[in-house]
Amino acid sequence: MLTYILRRLALALSVILATLVSAFLLFFAGPSDPAQAMCPETRCNATRLAAITKSIGLDKPLTVQFFDYFKGLFFGRDFVYAGDTVHCGAPCLGFSFVTRRSVNEELFTRFPNTIVLALMAAVVFVTVGVTLGIIAAVRRGSATDRGLVGASQVLGSIPYYVLALLVALYPVILWNVLPQYSSISAGVGPYFMGMLAPALILGFVTSASYVRYTRNSMIETLSMDYIRTARSKGISERTVLYKHGFRAAMSPIATILGLDIAALLTGTLITEQIFGVDGIGRRGLAALKAFDLPVIMGTVLIGAVVVVFMNLVVDIAYSFIDPRVRLS
Amino acid sequence: MTASVNTISTQSAEARNAGDVVLDVSDLSVAFPTEEGVVKAVSNLTYQARLGRTLAIVGESGSGKSVSSMAVLGLHNPKRTQITGSIKLDGIELVGAPASTFQKIRSTKAAMVFQDPQSSLHPFHKVGKQIAEAYQAHNKVSKQVAMKRAVEMLDLVGIPNPQRRANSYPHEFSGGMRQRAMIALGLVNNPKLLIADEPTTALDVTVQAQILDLVNDLQKEFGSAVILITHDLAVVAETADDILVMYAGRGVEKGSAKEVLAQPSHPYTYGLLQSLPSHSEDLEELRAIKGTPPSLLNLPSGCSFHPRCEFKSQVEGDACWTQLPAWRPTPGLHNREIRCHLADPVATLKHDEEAR
Repeated sequence: MLTYILRRLALALSVILATLVSAFLLFFAGPSDPAQAMCPETRCNATRLAAITKSIGLDKPLTVQFFDYFKGLFFGRDFVYAGDTVHCGAPCLGFSFVTRRSVNEELFTRFPNTIVLALMAAVVFVTVGVTLGIIAAVRRGSATDRGLVGASQVLGSIPYYVLALLVALYPVILWNVLPQYSSISAGVGPYFMGMLAPALILGFVTSASYVRYTRNSMIETLSMDYIRTARSKGISERTVLYKHGFRAAMSPIATILGLDIAALLTGTLITEQIFGVDGIGRRGLAALKAFDLPVIMGTVLIGAVVVVFMNLVVDIAYSFIDPRVRLS
Repeated sequence: MTASVNTISTQSAEARNAGDVVLDVSDLSVAFPTEEGVVKAVSNLTYQARLGRTLAIVGESGSGKSVSSMAVLGLHNPKRTQITGSIKLDGIELVGAPASTFQKIRSTKAAMVFQDPQSSLHPFHKVGKQIAEAYQAHNKVSKQVAMKRAVEMLDLVGIPNPQRRANSYPHEFSGGMRQRAMIALGLVNNPKLLIADEPTTALDVTVQAQILDLVNDLQKEFGSAVILITHDLAVVAETADDILVMYAGRGVEKGSAKEVLAQPSHPYTYGLLQSLPSHSEDLEELRAIKGTPPSLLNLPSGCSFHPRCEFKSQVEGDACWTQLPAWRPTPGLHNREIRCHLADPVATLKHDEEAR
């Protein structure tokens, strides 16, 4: 088990590094010039542009920039800014070209907002999706089943941003049923209340696909021979469904769930944007618009770590759910 | 091991008299309505299973062997199955019985051992727990007592080191051991009837014999009735007392297993035996029954076997395709019944065998 985890961690590290290198090179391969973006349009001239380029370090050769970045990541590095030397400890993600603030600070203050939103949404879609999916599977072919499957298909086929915008507009802004997002500094209560609207809509829409996954998985499980064996023991149908059927039906859902949570953690972009949640998805989008390389690299790093970590979590969780899976 | 057998056997308070009818199936029909039409899996089937005896139900795939047995335990989806006729298990009528009745009789009065032990045991639950669960469902005992019983059962079916193996998962067992565990599960509540649905099909040949011996031995000790569903006539020869040959959802011949195998009196049974390698001369090709089993959606008129029967020309008139033959004693044979229009099937088949 330990060697398995160590090997997986080594693999994870190389995946993260490869992702970072690709993101770095992609940035330089693209037609991007952050200095140009920062240069005031009316008063921009060659000297000014050169000065900006030098101040953000883009005048150095690519290899040096590359080396500096990764050195900062592992060992920290010093930045000279307006005559002062600022030390940025490992893992140093650099300073934003635009805001001049530390990327670590920029992202790590925002990441918790994304985590809270993603986890609240996950609670909603797991509870709603799995419960309704099981109900549909157990009453397969009934009006309830058809209604649930139909509703989940309708919900799944409307573009998500339309639904999110409607929720943001009606219950939140016009009717004031649900409070608007406020940062944690305004208090814990209002913060979580403000997360309710975005988490609910994100959760409900995602639950549509969980209804279908769960239903299909449960129906497949209930057709298994071991369910017939369980029935032939003379135990109650309830025990057959939930003790024998449910756990087996949930094992494929665990994989999808892990990857879905990873996807949400890397930035619930549309939701954050529509509800004004100050998360990393929204910050990453702003950085992308401004060619703010250090911030872009920071979001890529967090994304890669989250995806790799969740994959590991899923694999380990799997070995607890299914005794046939041995970690070695 | 003998000691544990005794303690288990004496837990049954009722006296068991060998020969008593424990399962009385009469005029049983099982049909599945589908979009293409009604699949008549079993039609007007009648048979009995007796304590202390093994009844083999033999037939090709789709002849209704498993379907009729699953009906005994109520394992068909009631919404998608039409069952008529009568199934009396230990005096309890099961056709039309509520789910609660089936829950009570499952495992206590009738239990089933399924074909593929690999897929029939729950992959996520420990073997001992799966057996203990069945015991606990019908006996008000603690988990520890139920588990102790499960270990005893594993010992009884010949699993070495049962205490430890009870804590293993099915995938840690070999195929033969899994089937032993299934038998332990089947017998944990000492049922009067054990239905073994092709219990050896998924096992390799050396293990097959061990499993059949085990079933035979346990039957003697428990005094229960066994229904052995199989398409393997060699298995029947070794283990069964009585035989019921099925074709297209109907019984076509019944009698003592040894006698039927030695001297079949229905053209279908005869054809089955002719298709076995041991019944053919060296260098001679095996004789398969011509044609394929009929679609259960659209059974042939009259005798279902007539499109494949080589002897229908020897029946006068058009009885074979207009009239369903009724059960009747085979002329010239004792304790044998067939459904066939042939006037003297024994002579007809004997003549055919001599002619080759």
